[in-house]
Amino acid sequence: MYSYSGRILHVDATTRQSRVQEVSAEFLKKYLGGVGLASKLVYDNTPKGCDPLGPDNALCFAISAFAGTTMPVGTKHGVASKSPLTGFIGDSLSGSHFSEMIKRAGWDGLVIKGAAPEWVVVFIDDDDVQFLDATRYLGMGTIESQQAIRRDLGDENIRVSSIGPAGENLIRYAMIDNDGRQVGRTGNGAVMGSKKVKAIAIRGSKPITVADPEGLLQETLKLIEVSQGSATQKYRVLGTPTNVLNMNAMGTLPTRNFSETTFEHAEKVSGEYMKEHYTVKAVGCSGCSIACEQWAAVKEGKYKGAIAGLDYESLFALGPNCGIGELPPIIHLAQRCDELGMDTMSAGVVVSWAMECYERGILSKEDCDGLELKFGNDEAAAALVEKIAKREGIGDLLAEGTKRASEKVGKGSEHFAMQVKGLEMPGYDVRGMKTFAMGLAVGTRGPCHNRSLAYEADVKGEVNRFTVEPGRGKIAKEKEEYAAVFDSLVLCKFLRNCFDDFFADAARIYTMATGIPLTAEELKATGERVWTLKKAFNIREGWTKADDWLPGRCLHDPMPSGPGKGVFITEDELRMEIDDYYQARGWTNEGLIPKSKLIELGLEDIAEDVGVDNGVMSIPASAEAAASEEAN
Amino acid sequence: MATQGYQHVICDPTKCIGCRMCEYACSATKTGAFDPSLSRIRVVRIEPITMTAITCRLCADAPCITACPRDALTRSEKNGAILVDEDKCDGCGWCVEACDFGAVVLNPATRNAEICNLCEDQPEGPRCVQFCPKDALILATPEVLRQQARREIVARLFEELAAED
Repeated sequence: MYSYSGRILHVDATTRQSRVQEVSAEFLKKYLGGVGLASKLVYDNTPKGCDPLGPDNALCFAISAFAGTTMPVGTKHGVASKSPLTGFIGDSLSGSHFSEMIKRAGWDGLVIKGAAPEWVVVFIDDDDVQFLDATRYLGMGTIESQQAIRRDLGDENIRVSSIGPAGENLIRYAMIDNDGRQVGRTGNGAVMGSKKVKAIAIRGSKPITVADPEGLLQETLKLIEVSQGSATQKYRVLGTPTNVLNMNAMGTLPTRNFSETTFEHAEKVSGEYMKEHYTVKAVGCSGCSIACEQWAAVKEGKYKGAIAGLDYESLFALGPNCGIGELPPIIHLAQRCDELGMDTMSAGVVVSWAMECYERGILSKEDCDGLELKFGNDEAAAALVEKIAKREGIGDLLAEGTKRASEKVGKGSEHFAMQVKGLEMPGYDVRGMKTFAMGLAVGTRGPCHNRSLAYEADVKGEVNRFTVEPGRGKIAKEKEEYAAVFDSLVLCKFLRNCFDDFFADAARIYTMATGIPLTAEELKATGERVWTLKKAFNIREGWTKADDWLPGRCLHDPMPSGPGKGVFITEDELRMEIDDYYQARGWTNEGLIPKSKLIELGLEDIAEDVGVDNGVMSIPASAEAAASEEAN
Repeated sequence: MATQGYQHVICDPTKCIGCRMCEYACSATKTGAFDPSLSRIRVVRIEPITMTAITCRLCADAPCITACPRDALTRSEKNGAILVDEDKCDGCGWCVEACDFGAVVLNPATRNAEICNLCEDQPEGPRCVQFCPKDALILATPEVLRQQARREIVARLFEELAAED
């Protein structure tokens, strides 16, 4: 076997036992790696209905078929478990050196189950698995603990994934950090914390062999060249913060907890302004030819010394969305979230929800531990982030995420809890992006711009972004599957415009790396297989149609400004789009998957678990009405 | 440590993004597999943003040559690279200790010291330079670097003067 090892390492933190699962080339070809393989491992290794923060949940890592080779942007890994935020699949990706090291230690994936009685570091040294006492690392930040573990083990080549205080304290949106890159979303850091695993350290000594080294090197050179051109300019020059002004111009920049769609201080928190005044360095993940990560540093004033790699999503969530109109506090907040080990996006949206509650009198100053939690109060936001990580005072409520916090506080605050399925929303106001609105509603891990690229249709003008019509479902389906292929190979999507014919090129390069024959059609089908598998997991865990929906604010509050002033997405519009989407997917009216569909996709092993008998499908009423209207 | 006028691979830390493409390309070229532990160029990253790549600097009076008890290391007359005689080298590692830059690799499989040979067998020259996506790596002599630095500083000065007008 080339590139892959055909081996998955299972570690039980309770018993300290480990075992090896051999997997075939056929199995690996089916799920590829990353999100696909990690999701399959979660499906197979978690019992139905398990507590996400209990010992039965499986925290699964899966490598990229390209990790540790020169294939640009391919050294990434996926992590998945049952999410403590959503109760559904929680899959997340990270870049960089950790993926390479899992592979060089001779593993395609890691499955961590159980819960240690005392805090441990799991040290995987090729085939050897050791449990080290983690007491001395408790309370340490993410990067700090990685440095300390490397120092204590006496080898700088060891790669470490670790959680910060947020993961230790089971903040539901805690993340796992490796070398300053994050498995950011859906709370995998809390799952790791529930197992009392502070860190996973890996050292691998094996070379990675590929089927056609010279072929892969030549493909690499081509992609390196193309990826210095116009196809990646946006990412290389300003990084994703370039989106601030784009979103503001479109009237879709979430501002003050998504209550506004344009921000009066957008210019001062823009990618352009950041580049001019704060950016000190562009950094790449391992094997990256693009380097989108813009590190910004504050050199004077109240936040002097703050430094963070700042992307658009962190920036929107902690900046405009909290009414904060200057970069220094945003850089500070992003740095603290990264060190404390919590997802910047969920943290920002949780803080903005609390701010709106405060402004509306739903939470009093007393409720907020004396903090004056007005929009734009950066010091209060900074204090709140620290409290959340420690679950101190109001931080304990907010550590639960917006869904649970708003259910507890009530008083209408659910209306503006900006979450779907329990995961906080990304940086797009979808009232002005109606294809993406449905894309976020139906997302398997909750609302996500990385799993659904449906926003491309709205942003690029492929459709009228303020209206809906049948056909959007098919667009969303194809964009989801396209994303799922990138997320499973794994390749970073920022390379997506660098291929002549993505599926054909990627399939060919996959074969060069692994020696496993793969056609463009087979690769494309993998996208649908992976997406459907994730949906199947959700169905097994109790998903119903009501879970595919949007927050009240998107469905009832007209946008107050911008090009889409007065627009919102109606419940009927969203219902129609979702029905259209289920139909495009070949699912039932209720969004369930027919057994025949699962079998067709090669998921026959789970067809009995979650599939419904055929014959209950019918054309959704709304699509039927649209069709007959067309006929008229 | 003074250097002779030989070309060697030099990294500009302001351009280096820490991607380690040079390590992957070097090891694949030298061993046929991707194994950064055998790469003759290594990237060092000190969090959060300090990063650069280091390889053999072709030192004058190279201490690795002096340190070798078996006279296995010699300097190439063609390009100044440090050559390792595989038959004489027994992997004792004194050259590793002598090198101030950590540029000597000990290959546990062959029990040989391995040092950047500037890819003299590659038609395009050093593979690490070829694969560096950000042109942070160049093959140059110290004098060429000095010339470049002078040109850049003068160009910048005139840009600033022009901007002030």
